[in-house]
Amino acid sequence: MKVEFTAEQLKEIDKVIERYPEGRQKSALLHVLHMAQDSFGGWLSVPVMDYVASLLKLEPVEVYEVASFYSMYHIKPVGKYVFEVCHTGPCMINGCDNIINYIKQKLNIDVGETTEDGLFTLKTVECLGACGYAPMMQLGDHYKEHLTPQRVDEIIETCRKEAAMAS
Amino acid sequence: MSVKLLLEKAHVEGIKSYEVYRREGGYRAAEKAFKLTPAEITEEVKKSGLRGRGGAGFPTGLKWSFLAKPEGVPRYLVCNADESEPGTFKDRYLMEFIPHILIEGMIISSFALGSNRSYIYIRGEYAWVADILETAIGEARANGWLGKNIQNSGFDCEMYVHRGAGAYICGEETALLESLEGKRGNPRIKPPFPAVKGLYGCPTVVNNVETLAAVVPIINITGEEYAKIGVGRSTGTKLISACGNIKKPGIYEIDMTISVEEFIYSDEYCGGIANGKRLKACIPGGSSVPILPANLLLKTAKGETRYMNYESLSDGGFATGSMMGSGGFIVLDEDQCVVKHTYTLSRFYWHESCGQCSPCREGTGWLEKIMRNMENGKGTMSDIDLLWDVQRRIEGNTICPLGDAAAWPVAAAIRHFRDEFEWHVLNPEKCLTENYGLAHYADPIQVTT
Amino acid sequence: MADEIKKDTAAKVKVTIDGITTEVAPGTSIIEAARQIGGAVAPPAMCYYKSLEGSGGRCRTCLVEVTQGSAANPRPIPKLVASCRTSVEEGMVVKNITSERVLDARDGVVEFLLINHPLDCPICDQAGECDLQDLSYSHGNEGTRYKFVRRTFILEDIGPYIKLHMTRCILCYRCIHVADQITEKRIHGVMDRGDRAFISTYISRAIDNDFSGNMIDVCPVGALTDRTFRFKNRVWFTKPVYVHRDCENPKCCGKATAWMRGDEIFRVTTRDNEWGEVQIIDGEPAWICNTCRFEKKQVSDWVIEGPATVRKISVVNVNKYRNTIKPKETLMDVMGGLKPNLLMNIRSVSEVNDPDIKLSELNRPAIARDFDIANDIDNKIPENPGNAEKYNSELLKSSTKEN
Repeated sequence: MKVEFTAEQLKEIDKVIERYPEGRQKSALLHVLHMAQDSFGGWLSVPVMDYVASLLKLEPVEVYEVASFYSMYHIKPVGKYVFEVCHTGPCMINGCDNIINYIKQKLNIDVGETTEDGLFTLKTVECLGACGYAPMMQLGDHYKEHLTPQRVDEIIETCRKEAAMAS
Repeated sequence: MSVKLLLEKAHVEGIKSYEVYRREGGYRAAEKAFKLTPAEITEEVKKSGLRGRGGAGFPTGLKWSFLAKPEGVPRYLVCNADESEPGTFKDRYLMEFIPHILIEGMIISSFALGSNRSYIYIRGEYAWVADILETAIGEARANGWLGKNIQNSGFDCEMYVHRGAGAYICGEETALLESLEGKRGNPRIKPPFPAVKGLYGCPTVVNNVETLAAVVPIINITGEEYAKIGVGRSTGTKLISACGNIKKPGIYEIDMTISVEEFIYSDEYCGGIANGKRLKACIPGGSSVPILPANLLLKTAKGETRYMNYESLSDGGFATGSMMGSGGFIVLDEDQCVVKHTYTLSRFYWHESCGQCSPCREGTGWLEKIMRNMENGKGTMSDIDLLWDVQRRIEGNTICPLGDAAAWPVAAAIRHFRDEFEWHVLNPEKCLTENYGLAHYADPIQVTT
Repeated sequence: MADEIKKDTAAKVKVTIDGITTEVAPGTSIIEAARQIGGAVAPPAMCYYKSLEGSGGRCRTCLVEVTQGSAANPRPIPKLVASCRTSVEEGMVVKNITSERVLDARDGVVEFLLINHPLDCPICDQAGECDLQDLSYSHGNEGTRYKFVRRTFILEDIGPYIKLHMTRCILCYRCIHVADQITEKRIHGVMDRGDRAFISTYISRAIDNDFSGNMIDVCPVGALTDRTFRFKNRVWFTKPVYVHRDCENPKCCGKATAWMRGDEIFRVTTRDNEWGEVQIIDGEPAWICNTCRFEKKQVSDWVIEGPATVRKISVVNVNKYRNTIKPKETLMDVMGGLKPNLLMNIRSVSEVNDPDIKLSELNRPAIARDFDIANDIDNKIPENPGNAEKYNSELLKSSTKEN
């Protein structure tokens, strides 16, 4: 995969850098890493991080440090759809364990694994701030709340369809 | 019927958009504010008795007055929207449904503090909320509420959304500033405090979403009137995000005069415990505050009614009380296992520790491991004492409050539910499938459904 | 003249640490003030390093109790504070080793630092000059309460000179500061977070900067060791001597410590002061370049100045320096002229040896109090001046309470 942003994306990055005082372009790092992860295969490989470093005139290690700190950045390859199921207290009370077990069975993977077709990755995450709508998970930029096995089935189905359409 | 200040218009159709918000009386406070001087606004906030809604409850007016104002150095206002405390989801609701109230509050506060560049640091997972805020900021700018010479006041202000990337610790104000500077979210060692040296080394005020939104009604109805709502030093209204085993989880705006009992059982609020179960315990202010068994939750140790406000919730100190915290109200019914719940919280803090200082880095990991053993029936009696000792040595000895936040839930669980821990040790086979139940900390209120 | 004195006193603040009052420049940190007093009053520090800006505050071993914030605001600070990152105020009163809370917290910190430490001192090059080892001896407990598998990391190769042994690291961040402040650019950093955090270059790059070797010296444990010295010798078999040479590198001071055994130089380090930190020579921290450190191992490379001063607690001291002048006995000064053999309340004991007391029934050695109680003697210590009386009476009080 070619690691290069489109001209439009580069323009967006320039705009983001402008949000911060002069010489503080490092502040844009989190935003650019989000963009990079979305654009280059859903995870941050070393060449991607080096590219981001060169864009923002940073030392590569500064990018590695930041990318490995925040839990939203995947520094290892993941599936096309990452199910990030919350398993902290309030979700646990509302039965997230059942949901996690159901997804495990349904997709035949364990937590942290990716399905063989590379479509789904199951992860457990800590509180996502949707405790009143538990159990819930994050899928891409959106939350899927009030999960039930049926709802999980629907979500998986939608993803499969979407992936089939794309390919 | 209690007073509603923040959520009054929450259910008006299309309130998310500028037009409807404005039509419903929005930006009136901002209009009013630009006729006042910054010092007068700060004075109003001081008079209102508004306390930080993020968890610590520090008086906002006082915090503002600490801001250093050296010549020729920019000042910053940063909104802390990194809502990550388990049980808390009130800020998200506010930003998602009434984004303009936050933006209006921030414009007024920026004017009061002299911040020409204000940031909203939103947790990375709230990606779509960030988009909502971006849109709202665009609308506000298009209508002359942001940019140069706002409403001919001579005041310039720009506002930006900065998305985090998944780190609870960035809710700590100095870690938030580090993250805003594009670094790892390691809390800074204080002093210097942000009011003197904050974002980019400049004086900075960091306030919670709800705090900044509350500035709008304060300016609208004046600080004096705001202070009349509520009781004692708990003035105004507070958003409570209720979750767990209740009939109606969600966001409630309360005026801090209602009792805990009313809040849980009244149909206006949580509507009682779900599925006809009985109340076992509750964490009244977000996961880090001490858990209370039902009998201590509804009545204080002195036998008085406990109310939903800063003072009453902390009545009795940590021995028999808890804290208002961020207003994340987690209710546990009789089927819940306190040990397991505490274990998930210990795991949470272990996962979210930044790893900078040794008591927190090593201590949270240790707590998590012992708690995991305990939950899985591999604990021993001495482990309970060890847990106590480890949490005691983390508390107060760390750089930032995350250490305390990790220690308190464990301490409170042992303090009030020691018998449940012991039951886990004595019944290693049973503890994964069965439940200890209510025991003596039962809900004193018999509810028939 | 009068003005000068005034200026001088105006520029000093009074601070009391463990009962000892000293005057320091305003803005001095508590730890630096304590170091000026010296001895056990100085809190131990694992991450603070005077010559590195921004260091400190992380390890929490230097926590102290501030019982009086300042003369103007005498309220105590409720939490223990990191003495390395807290400035002194006029009239501040600090408790270090005299505070139970501090000792307890420090015990805790040492325990935390050790639960995941491999304790592989027998094969660690740092043994003998390891700050964690010293700290464990002074504040640690025997045994461990940690019964889980210790955290380990895979060894990472970071170049020909430095060995990174992450498992031993306590994340003091000193090496990060060195890379930021002394070398041209930093290529290693802290990855991940929480107890998974580790020092790494992430892509196994070689750290080959001119001054990178100084990271080894600032490392308080054996996480960064000198590959040219690794497993060659034990520190306590070598003799440190001060040496210097004309170094071509303009930034290098050329003044170093050579660790010799016989006529052989085993390793070269910076010159350390009594706190284990690099010496300040001509107003600058005396960092040395990698050439001096790793390449110059011949005696002919250096001009030998003489034996190096070593830290009091250094293992190098043990059995090496004979016929040294013993420090003056200060006990009599402290006790107000009382000779040590009069410390015990022997007079009241020897006078009455009550036969009613069955010494054999005591489950401990008999002390003066046993006889006092038996004889109904008011156990006031006769004319013990100064601290001794207070000390003795407190001792009696506390031991009475126990029984």
